[in-house]
Amino acid sequence: MAEVSFRQALNDTLREEMLRDENVFIMGEEIGNFEGSYKITAGLLKEFGPKRVVDTPIAENGFVGMAVGAAMLGLRPVVEIMTFNFIALAIDEILNHAAKIYYMFGGQTPVPMVIRTPGGGGQQLSATHSQNLEAWFAHIPGLQVVAPSTPSDAKGLLRTAIRNNNPVLFLEHLALYNHKGEVPEGDYTIPFGRAEVTKEGKDLTVISYSRKAAIAHEVASRLERENKLSVEVVDLRSLRPLDRETLVNSVKKTGRAIVFEEDWRSYGIGAEIVATVQEDAFDYLDAPIKRVASVEVPLPYSKPLELAALTGAPELEDAINALAPRRRRR
Amino acid sequence: MSTEQQKRPDERDVTTKSNSRVVTLPDDEDQETLVHYYSQMLLVRRFEEKSAEMYNKARIGGYCHLNLGEEATVVGFCAGMEPRDYVYTNYREHGYAICRGIPTKTVMAELFGKETGCSRGRGGSMHLFSLEHRLLGGYAIVGGQIPLATGAAFAVAYRGSDEVVVCQMGDGTTNGGPFFESLNLAKIYKLPIVFFIVNNLYGMAMPAEKGSAVPELYRKAHAFDILSERVDGNDVLAVRNAMRRAVSVARGQHEPVLLEAVSYRFKGHSVIDPDRYRSEEEVKQGRAQDPIPAFAKHLLEAHLIDEQGLYKIDEQVEREVEEAVRFAEESPFPPLESLMDYIYAPDNVESERR
Repeated sequence: MAEVSFRQALNDTLREEMLRDENVFIMGEEIGNFEGSYKITAGLLKEFGPKRVVDTPIAENGFVGMAVGAAMLGLRPVVEIMTFNFIALAIDEILNHAAKIYYMFGGQTPVPMVIRTPGGGGQQLSATHSQNLEAWFAHIPGLQVVAPSTPSDAKGLLRTAIRNNNPVLFLEHLALYNHKGEVPEGDYTIPFGRAEVTKEGKDLTVISYSRKAAIAHEVASRLERENKLSVEVVDLRSLRPLDRETLVNSVKKTGRAIVFEEDWRSYGIGAEIVATVQEDAFDYLDAPIKRVASVEVPLPYSKPLELAALTGAPELEDAINALAPRRRRR
Repeated sequence: MSTEQQKRPDERDVTTKSNSRVVTLPDDEDQETLVHYYSQMLLVRRFEEKSAEMYNKARIGGYCHLNLGEEATVVGFCAGMEPRDYVYTNYREHGYAICRGIPTKTVMAELFGKETGCSRGRGGSMHLFSLEHRLLGGYAIVGGQIPLATGAAFAVAYRGSDEVVVCQMGDGTTNGGPFFESLNLAKIYKLPIVFFIVNNLYGMAMPAEKGSAVPELYRKAHAFDILSERVDGNDVLAVRNAMRRAVSVARGQHEPVLLEAVSYRFKGHSVIDPDRYRSEEEVKQGRAQDPIPAFAKHLLEAHLIDEQGLYKIDEQVEREVEEAVRFAEESPFPPLESLMDYIYAPDNVESERR
């Protein structure tokens, strides 16, 4: 096992998959000469040339649709959308075409493509550059949506995404790119639809994904070190398909749950999780489920306002303290 | 090829609507081919009339857009390419499906929502598809098919093969972003694609010249240095020849080409549109341009067919359409257990190894 950054894990995986399969190519704004706005594609143009590392003009609708068409003919495009916010310009291609073509034409042509894009706010980029829109996509039958929180999961899930025969939204996070972690050697994949219990605990369960799952893991580890509470963390990893079994089993064990998410609270990913838990584990709940999500406001620029709108470790810890059983479980 | 508006041999503007039609038959065309075009145009006409009838009998649901009046455009378009070429169309595509060789009965079965339909009853009138016939879909989001077709052409170029992708669309589509983005992408990547605009003069009820800053739609290609041409969409041979020229440039030079075929929609936007926004006089004039009787007349005058031959074709076509309806009626609906089939393509990912 080697320790690599999230960024490096993505770069390695793209490179390895391009070496493995001639049909895999990458495209997006500034991914070639500029090596990507966040340098995920560094070195790839030099190694593979412009045929397989395709710099596109600023035309998300056009080039995402182009990827769908190329996938219909059997290529495996991996598209980078510079930030998650810009995906709005391509939503028709994703919603009405990528997600529909296999079904609507009676299973004649799969659409094997990946859209990679980073979400996340908190860098004074203001309202149009700080959004987390995963709920839009996780809502759509025909799409698959994954959101890893560690370099190891990033690698295993990206490999699965590229080899998968369906359109996949692969959600990254700006604040995770420099995170380091152990990454197994070799050609390993992680199946979609499998959550992971990243930390076991007895008092309550925190259910999360992407960067918030990383924060939840840190908070839970600290609380354990400080001998305060025993918190279980479920990292969903995959939002569609959703691993209901793992999260429900965890709540059955602890009896209490918090959903910790970076999207807005109303109609967000957390709403789906809460509904699932009450459907499948109602009798096991000792308290109402809590949601810790972003404040429902277009993210402001001014630093104090921005800080007031974001939620993080302190808000999660408050929720844990409010929800934890009065008496520690043995 | 000139990027200027094509003139007919007699120098009359191809879009002039008032004069009666002149279709000249070239000497070097063989009889069988010309008669085949006639019979295909008639097949599309009768198929569409039958579709309207079946819609009104509630055998066909949803929306149903017909190619009535556009038969010369449809047949010329399909005749100008090769079977290996890929076709993307919009939602007014029954005729294109038939002329690509999808059996009429499979197309009718799709309109009926049957399992035997060319999209297994999942798509309906607006979403016909056949991988075998390289019709890669009818698309019902206006402009949605253009980036996809551009991507298919990208895949052809990526593989270094010599197919061409042809992308049909209506006049209204040329006012939207996907059209312009796709033209730009096709040009910068040098893609083998033909953009084919069917200008039937109306986007639903909006006259083409009201929705577009330039009424000559082929001129929009000029901004991208893309070769373009306007042809008389009521002249099956003019459309076919223009397609042949365009396909040859796309195939040989890996350059996009744009064609505009000017035609006329005989009826409303869809079967349920009562067409109240066009004057009777205008519709009458439009219908006077009917490409089918005009072509029949010239076949007769050139002694390539006689009245009896025409009658025989009529009968044959009638039979085929009746047979298509019978097949569609008798075919089963998709089984309810299959509701969730085809949402996701089967996985070929190896199992987790960690």
